[in-house]
Amino acid sequence: MAQKKTNPTKDYVFGLDTFGDIPKHDDGTLFTHAAAIRQVVDEAVLADELGINVIGVGEHHRPDFAISSPEIVLAGIATKTKHIKLATAVTVLSSDDPVRVFERFATLDALSNGRAQVILGRGSFTESFPLFGYDLRDYNELFEEKLDLFSQLLDEKPVSWKGETRAELVNADVYPKTESGRLDVAVGIGGSPESVIRAARYGFPLVLAIIGGSAERFAPYVELYRQATEDLGTEAHPVGMHSPGFIAETDDEAKKIAWPAFKYAWDLIGKSRGWPPYTREQFNYEIEVGSLYVGSPETVAQKIARSMKALDVNRFDMVYGQGPQKASDRLKMVELYGSKVIPRVRELLAETSTDK
Amino acid sequence: MSNSVGILGAGKVGIVLAQLAIKAGYTVYIAGSGDVSKIALSIKVLVPGAIAVTKEEAAQKGDIVILALPLSKYATIPAKQLSGKLVIDSMNHWMEVDGPKEDTVPEGMSSSEFIQRFLSDSRVVKALSHMGYHELFDNPKSAGDPDRKAIAIAADSEIDAKIVADFINRLGFDPLYIGGLAQGKKLEPGSPAFGANTTIERLKTQIA
Repeated sequence: MAQKKTNPTKDYVFGLDTFGDIPKHDDGTLFTHAAAIRQVVDEAVLADELGINVIGVGEHHRPDFAISSPEIVLAGIATKTKHIKLATAVTVLSSDDPVRVFERFATLDALSNGRAQVILGRGSFTESFPLFGYDLRDYNELFEEKLDLFSQLLDEKPVSWKGETRAELVNADVYPKTESGRLDVAVGIGGSPESVIRAARYGFPLVLAIIGGSAERFAPYVELYRQATEDLGTEAHPVGMHSPGFIAETDDEAKKIAWPAFKYAWDLIGKSRGWPPYTREQFNYEIEVGSLYVGSPETVAQKIARSMKALDVNRFDMVYGQGPQKASDRLKMVELYGSKVIPRVRELLAETSTDK
Repeated sequence: MSNSVGILGAGKVGIVLAQLAIKAGYTVYIAGSGDVSKIALSIKVLVPGAIAVTKEEAAQKGDIVILALPLSKYATIPAKQLSGKLVIDSMNHWMEVDGPKEDTVPEGMSSSEFIQRFLSDSRVVKALSHMGYHELFDNPKSAGDPDRKAIAIAADSEIDAKIVADFINRLGFDPLYIGGLAQGKKLEPGSPAFGANTTIERLKTQIA
């Protein structure tokens, strides 16, 4: 086998991603959408203080998630934080306008002194299509065309572009320009090989959304990305992964808190997709061998380190806050993730690299 | 005994089914929606040993042919090359991909009955449709393992059901025959067995 390209710098990145689920108060009453958004800002401020590298915010258009405009939430976070990278998880480019997306992120990049990161993807929700007047069945064409335009805009030079899905651009210059000269952009994928190759073709870094089953299943996809960049002559960036989780002081406590919240969230989503109710069996399966990172700091750190090694990725983002969790439990989780889990994962990863 | 499998669809489901079939010792021909060159690298890396071909070739060369494309794209299935063949329909109507169901499948019909009507010269069997693809990948086990998971089969011909049962068994799952294609409804999204990743005994109770 040809020599395997691994990331030589071992510059690990750890993030937290949220879709803006609605938390509850200690008395069990739900937050308003507005308060749920402020909660995410508070969590991001804490994450920044703890040295967590990234906060990623998703885009949804449904009652169980408060965040439909991730860049605005990120802008709020930008002015209250110093170091944390401000990412989307993900930006649904197909139902958005690439010019507007560029403008919003370039603005966020300005407000945050260069900390904006666009993660483009399909996402697994589709509410944005009818809402903004798009037909879901045009998804591929929309994504291909808009990605093509967006990648041209990233050069920050006047763009002439013509396609079927938006108005033609003739020598259009788009502002503000970024200070670095280029926005940080990655592509989030859920396991479609075509999307992996597309990311390689545009030279974008890859983030794998692994939300069910074993992480190991994705190892060949990382290899596919690397081989595709080689074939296409583009740069093979380090690869990241994103999976759901919850952390408490002990395994039992973590499961006790996470189970009803995850079940609530899963069943609500499942109803529209024809899934039967989420079972404890599924929950346990995902914790034991699948992609749920639920447990004590040590349990979760061990599992993260195992997955990162198996996939040879340098970035791990934990999706947190699923379902109606108490805000106090969410904050505690962020604290444990930043203060205990991440340092422990770094330690575990360092151990293995000296083993080699 | 069948020795080769054709797979139409090289997305998430098609790839996993190809991986399972290779592991089980089959010769696998797999096709995507477009040019062979579009999937060649993916297949080389993700399913070493499988052969990327056109959809017509995959249809022609497989002793068994599996449909693993979006249901709403059924009209692109090479019906002529599938004439007389045993075809496994692993497809589900999926709102996120296919749009409204009534745009594709007539009311009152199971999606596999609809596919059988479209492929009127083929022998359609519904199978490998209810378990998520990541669970399919993670769970093949040898016969007799107490944790072995089950895959339901709906077929109008019991002989074809038997052939597919052998195939499922070789892939690493317990086959469970549940009746004709109309019964396929019991495996579709919205039914209790949809998503089932469980043993044969428990699957039976979910379908009953």
